[in-house]
Amino acid sequence: MALTQVKLDATEARVSAMSLPAGPGWLSEAREDALARLRAMGLPGRRDEYWKYTRPDTLANPEVTPAALFSADEATVFNDVDRLRIVFVDGVFDAEASDDLEAEGIEISRLADIDADIHWAKGLYGVLETNGQSPVERPLAALNSAFATDGVLIRVTGKVSKPVNLSYLHASETSDAILHHVIKLEEGAELTVLENGPAAARLNKVMEVKVADKARFHHVRTQGRDHERRAATHIFARLGEESLFKSFTLTANGVMTRNECVIELTGDDAVAHVAGACMGDGEFHHDDTVFITHDAVNCESRQVFKKVLRNGATGVFQGKILVKEGAQKTDGYQISQSLLLDDDSQFLAKPELEIYADDVACSHGSTSGAIDETALFYLRSRGVPEDQATDLLVLAFLAEAVEEIEDEGLREEIVGRLQGWLERRRD
Amino acid sequence: MLEIKNLQVKLEDEDKQILKGLNLTVETGKVHAIMGPNGSGKSTLSYVLSGKGGYEVTGGEAILDGKNILEMEAEERAAEGLFLAFQYPVEIPGVGNMTFLRTAVNAQRKARGEEEMSSTEFLKVIRAKAKELKIDAEMLKRPVNVGFSGGEKKRNEILQMAMLEPKMCILDETDSGLDVDAMKLVAEGVNALRSEGRSFLVITHYQRLLDHITPDVVHIMANGKIVKTGGPELALEVEKNGYADILAEVA
Repeated sequence: MALTQVKLDATEARVSAMSLPAGPGWLSEAREDALARLRAMGLPGRRDEYWKYTRPDTLANPEVTPAALFSADEATVFNDVDRLRIVFVDGVFDAEASDDLEAEGIEISRLADIDADIHWAKGLYGVLETNGQSPVERPLAALNSAFATDGVLIRVTGKVSKPVNLSYLHASETSDAILHHVIKLEEGAELTVLENGPAAARLNKVMEVKVADKARFHHVRTQGRDHERRAATHIFARLGEESLFKSFTLTANGVMTRNECVIELTGDDAVAHVAGACMGDGEFHHDDTVFITHDAVNCESRQVFKKVLRNGATGVFQGKILVKEGAQKTDGYQISQSLLLDDDSQFLAKPELEIYADDVACSHGSTSGAIDETALFYLRSRGVPEDQATDLLVLAFLAEAVEEIEDEGLREEIVGRLQGWLERRRD
Repeated sequence: MLEIKNLQVKLEDEDKQILKGLNLTVETGKVHAIMGPNGSGKSTLSYVLSGKGGYEVTGGEAILDGKNILEMEAEERAAEGLFLAFQYPVEIPGVGNMTFLRTAVNAQRKARGEEEMSSTEFLKVIRAKAKELKIDAEMLKRPVNVGFSGGEKKRNEILQMAMLEPKMCILDETDSGLDVDAMKLVAEGVNALRSEGRSFLVITHYQRLLDHITPDVVHIMANGKIVKTGGPELALEVEKNGYADILAEVA
């Protein structure tokens, strides 16, 4: 379908203000291909099916809406975790603030530094993203592959002793960051990636993850509490045989967040879990868009998304499980729930199942509800003050998502953040 | 301890009067029982005293140790030492029993200006009390009342009572849904808590619970009022002849 003139103009307006970063031949080609993909599909518009509930303009426009910096009187998340820290400030790698990028079993390089004609990331950069463009177009990801100036390329060959923490600091009120990471786990490798921070006034981030046979990938992220920040993020993952992929995201605050996660289970017996807990208060729009494709036998996928919304906050969930022909014994589960703490907040959900195999178990559910008054009274009758009782019920509501984090220490870290957020709102 | 004077209560959303001038005094250290036919307002009384929403007090007062509790929030009443053992304990998925109890104990202590209980001390105390009530450690770890049997739920109520050490305990149909053994266990738990400084109001439909928890005073409630008061023998009379005779007598 030919693009409308409006879309063409909007896309050219954005693209003309940018230039493709320099790099070795294969990378430049990948960027040019991405730009061609973007031009063919155009930036997202309000009439696009997958942008029905979320306004794409502030994420797609050439201009960045400024975002004030947020200073919280609390320690940075993951501070107590023994980790390899890689810092980006407004989307630019900060070598001073980062740890030494050398560690056993892992190879890390900066995207901006790549000059080799032969590199393992050739054949991955922009490739998983391309795979993820069908059947649903994700133009902001193509924009990212074309124009990303920074990011890291991580290749893991063994079991890495500590997590890699990608930490995104926000320093300028008008920063517009485009980050692109490529992560490759070789057969049997294991890696945990932690992400935290608001990154910029506007962030566009892509993470491509190739998980080879028997490899295990864990991902825990918190998105930073700057109230006015905007983010469009994509994860594109491809899973081999008996591999595991587990991703959890905590979002508290942020005026606009669109998190897309596109996973392909291509090897038998692979497992993919994606979970999210979000808490929105006031001007808050949070969108989880997930697409999981089962293309192998006996795979398991879980989507667990929980949103607590108040004072007019909006939550969106668009989740799909696609079971391809021959993907027998698929076990798919999807739940999206919202806890609406007042009448002004809203939750919009679009769960989808598309199944072409006959021996599968797929279940999905979506609910919206208020605080359970009976449970609230029960807690209060035992002496727990109303606000504290409400918080307990909020945490209980989010528990199913948080429990998707396998590591106990990280799970407690996240629960601590949730409690902190709730306490700061009690006045 | 508890003095209820001319209490009048209606449903908030409906023009339906449930308590119609109820008077009742429970002395410190005493066990009072309230019996009455279905629909007499027994459970409403327990809810109104503990501060549940949905009711409107149209007259009267309830004084706990000199304070009118009807003006307080539910949690304030609890901190003042009021405890309601629910007829139907509520299941709360996602909230661990232990977390719940520690939060409650410490919230009450904080409200009273007392020092909070450390987690080690709390663990020690709760383990000992749970053991007495034959509540295993696994039950403490599970979410509040989720997947508990009827008997386990009621024992959990008594455990909460034991941990919170209230001075005024209201037991709402605690025997409902329990077999004889479970009822005995619950009654033993309650009896163990009887003390000079603690009063009980045992609401029950049947006399059988009172075989195990011997009351000092028995009240018969009907149509939103206390209609007759007597000793433990009054409960036996109800058991033998039903409520009809007594109600006819006071009518």
